[in-house]
Parts: sequence; structure tokens; C-alpha cells
Amino acid sequence: MRRRRWPLLSLLAFGYAFLYVPILLLIVYSFNESRLVTVWSGFSIKWYRELLHNQQLLEAAWLSVRIAAVNATLAVVLGTLAANALVRHGRFRGRNAFELLLTAPLVMPDVIIGLSMLLLFVAMQHGLGWPDGRGFTTIAIAHITFSTAYVAVVVRTRLAQMDASLEEAAMDLGARPLTVYLRITLPLIAPALLSGWLLAFTLSLDDLVIASFVSGPGSTTLPMVVYSSVRMGVSPQINALATLIVAVVTLAVIIAGVTSLHGPRAARRRR
Amino acid sequence: MPAPQDNPPVRRQRLSRVVNIGLPYLWLGVFFLLPLLIVLQISVAEPRLGQPPYTPLWEWLESGVLQIQVNLQNFMLVWEDSIYLIAFLNSLWVALVCTLLCLLIGYPMAYAIATAPQRWRIPLLMLVILPFWTSFLIRVYAWIGILKTNGLLNHLLLALGVIDTPLNILHTQTAVYVGVVYSYLPFMILPLYANLSRLDPTLLEAAADLGCRPLRAFVRVTLPLSLAGIVAGSMLVFIPVVGEFVIPDLLGGPETLMVGKLLWTEFFGNKDWPLAAALAIVLLGLLVVPFVLMQRLERRMEETS
Repeated sequence: MRRRRWPLLSLLAFGYAFLYVPILLLIVYSFNESRLVTVWSGFSIKWYRELLHNQQLLEAAWLSVRIAAVNATLAVVLGTLAANALVRHGRFRGRNAFELLLTAPLVMPDVIIGLSMLLLFVAMQHGLGWPDGRGFTTIAIAHITFSTAYVAVVVRTRLAQMDASLEEAAMDLGARPLTVYLRITLPLIAPALLSGWLLAFTLSLDDLVIASFVSGPGSTTLPMVVYSSVRMGVSPQINALATLIVAVVTLAVIIAGVTSLHGPRAARRRR
Repeated sequence: MPAPQDNPPVRRQRLSRVVNIGLPYLWLGVFFLLPLLIVLQISVAEPRLGQPPYTPLWEWLESGVLQIQVNLQNFMLVWEDSIYLIAFLNSLWVALVCTLLCLLIGYPMAYAIATAPQRWRIPLLMLVILPFWTSFLIRVYAWIGILKTNGLLNHLLLALGVIDTPLNILHTQTAVYVGVVYSYLPFMILPLYANLSRLDPTLLEAAADLGCRPLRAFVRVTLPLSLAGIVAGSMLVFIPVVGEFVIPDLLGGPETLMVGKLLWTEFFGNKDWPLAAALAIVLLGLLVVPFVLMQRLERRMEETS
């Protein structure tokens, strides 16, 4: 049996190479002295220095981070409520439509979401006088709408797998449903809330198309700046930015991995 | 949770319903469903100069008469001008080819991960998800440096003596295939893994005991049982790729017509909002069929599990 596994394993290795070689090349060439991708002319960190002096890019990054944080927080609230509804409230009236509304944003092409949101904001501004212009708020609302669907998937899975006996015990001891939810359920699903938050944060930070539709003058997000400089051709500053993003993500994943491995064990030991 | 029949808990239960079901419903209704209805409305408007740049659907005339204007010209244009028809067909074609390629690469990977020793599965799966957490835009951009005429791939192939003249890959449909498969591969692997890792290994053992060869057992047992994962992964790739904008824009060329890019150009370039809305409506109509298929499958899987 063991002999038969090597074709499969080589396919797996090929798949991982396909996924990682482009990223590794970006990282390597971010330290290249030359502006050209194909000519290696020596080690340099000058593109990082230029990146850190690129005022337009830094401002856009700060705006993107703030939008992503607001988006992630509100999407976790809405997504968790939606997951509660699906897991705890059984076959309520309109459940099919509810599930449809929660699944559609996952696969809906960005251009449709972006265009439809913009047309809504224009119609609302015309009819209600709000929102006054477009920018931070409109981008955040658009992002919350699709992020909620992703958070709901993550939280729903965790909620459905959760051991109900702790909640039942608390209820038998006379705790009110809200107390049970806040003191038992939420701490138990906290890892899912955290990964939902991080997922929503990343999705928002990554979005070019929807933000381009619903942003206004003066609210340029990071992907919009990256896009306009990428359209001009290969830019070593973008390589440097990519390297920083990969570094942050890898670090976050390692920290998450270490805490999830050692967290429960350490807690058990303390007890 | 059985609801006791005395009053206060019932009221609390009702409040919990209102909050848990009502709030997300309201949000998605206002910010997801309503916008799609507005797109439908504006797709039958006429473009005009001014703010907003389209004619209203209804207007109260001074005589107190309600005037409703429905203009189907945008849809006629989409139907008659071959550029749109070609773009729609090509988008479907690109999505189909890429879905099959993702399946071809993703299925063996998901299978290898699902059959790996238990302690390796989560790290291997994390390695599939990790690129997804880095910027999508930057991952597409990475391929520009690899695929362009004086890029890394051509240098490598020239140095190895595989080719004599550099290949023109960037700004062709091939580059779009590469970019799409690269970006969407995790969406194929994850549902497939979820499905394959739940497969009961005793079924394969039973097949082997009855003298079935491994390949035949795979075709007769594993493949049919993983059909749900195949369909789910394929839909997660196919549906968004039909409307993809970034990849055809950065990696494709003038001949790679796709709806997402065309819609973007109509909106941002030509400022023709009603035509962009009409394109969105047609695109939505095309995607309803695979979407409903996916929904029904998910519900069936939920009921069986």
C-alpha cells in the first residue's frame, strides 16, 4: 500500500509548489537592487525605504485598516446573530429566504455587489439625503454586508458542533437564557468569533472591486492604490508591501497555532 | 431547547427571535436584496447627463398623472451587439475551463490531505488556506512578473533550452486561466477535503475484501460519495469566476473579453450606468441556475448529516 502513495504525494508537492513559488519569488525580488524583475543586481532594502516614505500608500493603508476593523467587528455581531438564528431557532418562517440571503454574498461576483451597493447609496442620497457623499461609511457598510455571510458560516459550524450539556446544566441551575448565552455559549464559541473577525478583516483589507464602486473622492483604500500602481507595470515597492503582508499573516498564523495548541493544555494544567 | 409554556420565558424566546433573525434579515434585506432590485430598476432606465445619471422609473407629471418609463433598449443592445454576447460566452467558457482545472489539481490534493496521517492533516490544510489570507491582488500581480515576455518563466525556459524565443503568455487567455486557477484553488480544495475526510474508510476496506482493485474502488466508491464535495467546490469556483474583474484586467489581453471587465468599463469608462446595470441583471440571470443547484445540494447534505 505504501508504494502506491508516491504519485499522490508528488501531486501534492506540485500543488503546494504552484501555490507558494509565486509568493516566494515576490519576497526574493523585493530585496533586489534593480527595478527589473528578471535581473538580480544585488541585495538592497531600498524598496522598503521607499515604501515607508510613500505618503499616499500609507494613508490608504491606514484608511483600509480602520475600515477593516469596523467591518470585522460589526460583521461578527451580525454574523453571530445569524448563526444563532440558523442553529437555535429551527424551522422559522422565512428560513429558506434567510439562508439564501446569507449564502448569495459568498459567491456573488464583486462587480454586481459593488454596482448594486453604489446604486442603493445614490438612490438613498437622492431620496433620504443620507449618506451624504461616499467614503468610509459606505465602504464599511458594503463590506459588512458580504463579511456577515462569511462570519455566519464560521460561527454556525462551531455552534452546531458545540456540546450542549454545559448550557443545559446552567439552565437547570436556573440561569436565564441571556446569562447562559453570555457566560457559557460565547466563551465556548470565542475561537470561532476570533477567526470570523480575522476573516472579515482580511476580506475587507483585500477588496478592490466593491470599494472602487462605493468609495468617493478622498477615500482611496490600499487595494485601490496597489491596483493603480500595478496597472503601470511591475513595481518593486509592491513586492516589498507583499513581503510585509506575508510576514504579518505568517506571524499571525504561527501565534494562532501556538496559542490554540498550548492554550487549552496550559489552562488545564493551571486547573 | 424545549420552550416552557409559562409567560416570561416565551416572551424572552420571542425577543431572542426578533434579535437573532430580525437584525441580520433587516440588514441583508436593505443592503443586499434592495440594491439588486434597484439594479433591475436602473437597467430599464435611460442614461442622461446629470445627477443621478439615469432617468427615473416613475415621475409625477404636473397634471397629477403617474408616468412610468420602461426602456428595454439596454437589453436589446446587450442582445444585438455581438461584443456582449461574446463576452458572456467567453466568461462562461473561462469559468468552465478553470473549474475543471481546479478540480483536476484540487481533487488529488484534497484526497492526499484527507488520507494523510491524522496529525499532518491540519498543517497541510493550513498550508492551502495560508495564501488565501495574503492579498488577492498581490498574488495576481505576482504572475505578471512570472509570465511577461522578459519575465521569470521565459528566462528559465530559455536557460534550460526548452524554447528558443520567449513565449507570449501575459495578456492572453492562458494567463487568465493560470491566474484564476491559482487564486481559486483553495475554494475547490476546502469543500472537497471536508467531504473526503468524512468518508467511511470501512467502505473501501469492504471493497478490497471483495476483491476490488484500488482504482476500481476509487471510481465505484470514493468518487460517487464525494460528488457533493465536487459540486460544492465547483460552484464556489464557477459562479464568482464568471463575473471576475481583476484577473482578466491584469493578466488578460484585448481579446479576453469577460463580462466583469466589460461592466467595469461601461460604468467607470463610459459612465453608462443603465447599460452596466443591464449587464449585471443578465449576469445575475445566468448565475441563478448554478446557485440554486448549490443551495439545493447544501440543504440535502444538511438533512442527511
